[in-house]
Amino acid sequence: MLSDYIVIIFFILLGIAFISAAFTVSWLLRPRVPSKAKNAPYECGEIVSGTSRVQFNIRFYLVALIFVIFDVEILFTVPWAVVFREIGMTAYWEMLLFIAVLGVGLGYAWKKGALEWR
Amino acid sequence: MIGFVTSYIPLLLKGLAVLGFIALSAMFLIWLERKISAKIQNRLGPMMTGPHGAFQSVADTVKLLLKENIMPTGADTTIWWLAPFFVTVPAVVAFLCMPFGSHFIVHDLNVGILFICSITSISVIGVFMAGWGSNNKYSLLGGMRSAAQIVSYEVPLLLSVLVVIMESGTLSMQGIVRAQELGWFFLKPNVFIAFVIYLISATAETNRVPFDIPEAESELVAGYHTEYSGMKFAMFFVAEYTNLFIVSAVAATLFLGGWLGPFRPSMFWFLLKAYTIIAFLMWIRWTLPRVRMDQMMGFAWKFLVPVSLVNVLVTGWLLVVKG
Repeated sequence: MLSDYIVIIFFILLGIAFISAAFTVSWLLRPRVPSKAKNAPYECGEIVSGTSRVQFNIRFYLVALIFVIFDVEILFTVPWAVVFREIGMTAYWEMLLFIAVLGVGLGYAWKKGALEWR
Repeated sequence: MIGFVTSYIPLLLKGLAVLGFIALSAMFLIWLERKISAKIQNRLGPMMTGPHGAFQSVADTVKLLLKENIMPTGADTTIWWLAPFFVTVPAVVAFLCMPFGSHFIVHDLNVGILFICSITSISVIGVFMAGWGSNNKYSLLGGMRSAAQIVSYEVPLLLSVLVVIMESGTLSMQGIVRAQELGWFFLKPNVFIAFVIYLISATAETNRVPFDIPEAESELVAGYHTEYSGMKFAMFFVAEYTNLFIVSAVAATLFLGGWLGPFRPSMFWFLLKAYTIIAFLMWIRWTLPRVRMDQMMGFAWKFLVPVSLVNVLVTGWLLVVKG
């Protein structure tokens, strides 16, 4: 069990090393001639106007909120999916109830217009 | 101490092999994408570097290595630097439990498929960091759209994976492949529906046409990686094509029997299936137009999620009644 975590951490470090190596090689070889115009944020050649951290549509946050609910639901369902054949009918009816409650929630969000994108 | 170190040398070699595979696969896929798009659009594509432009990706890599690093003024330095790591490292780590063959697997985690799904989800944070850190309006719009799209299509994707977990009764990748020895899962009607849902969601997860709204080049320049140049841009590209390979390889493993085939070597069958799915996704990319944002989000939440939920319940019913 512990070796699983060691392997995972090893791979994360390997990925970081892979990118760092590529960046280091590039750092050694690339030219450095910065200028004010070159470093300006790209806006199709126009002079930058205003800040880029603009106000955003509330819909993006609603989607994120609904996603969190469904993601947690799926995490609950995964262990059930592994063992439900051994437990049989009881497990099936329990999951049916669980998904039905979520279905009601999805229907409510739908009716309230949280899924509309205007 | 020395014994402890030497016991990890095989792991190091496997890791280096995975890195080599990722680099080669990304370069090959970029060349393949350009060739397929050229054939579809009645062009030749890259022809000058090597036979049929086979070394075009190598030339591009050398060019990107030599390019200047341009950081936009007002960028959030730390976040801007960390974003390529957050996008690319998960793609590397996902290869940890990728079943290339009956014995070709780095480490068969007992929660394999859950691990792959969860680790590849981290890259959405990197995408959003790139969008936020760049101090560019196009990047921010692209990052926001990408985050919304990826989380929306994550739900039907995981629900279609759930159907396969129910059929096989295990989370281990090798276990899922072995459970298909009696018949590949996509031959069952309910799993076939899950397969189609998976392919649609995977197309959206990898930001490809018809769901390429985060990168819509005609309106957002290049989306979240507009302000990246040189090796950082290359890392976003490597991550994109590695993720394409990962979703296709997972699809091959879950639905098409993975490395199972009529003769050995098993690795041949795995790669054949994975690259067939990749070619199919490329064909879709160069054939279909882009969908609108509201159509895309509506399709995920109002069609794919209810259908997947019903599919999970139907699968459960079939399995319980059969015994």
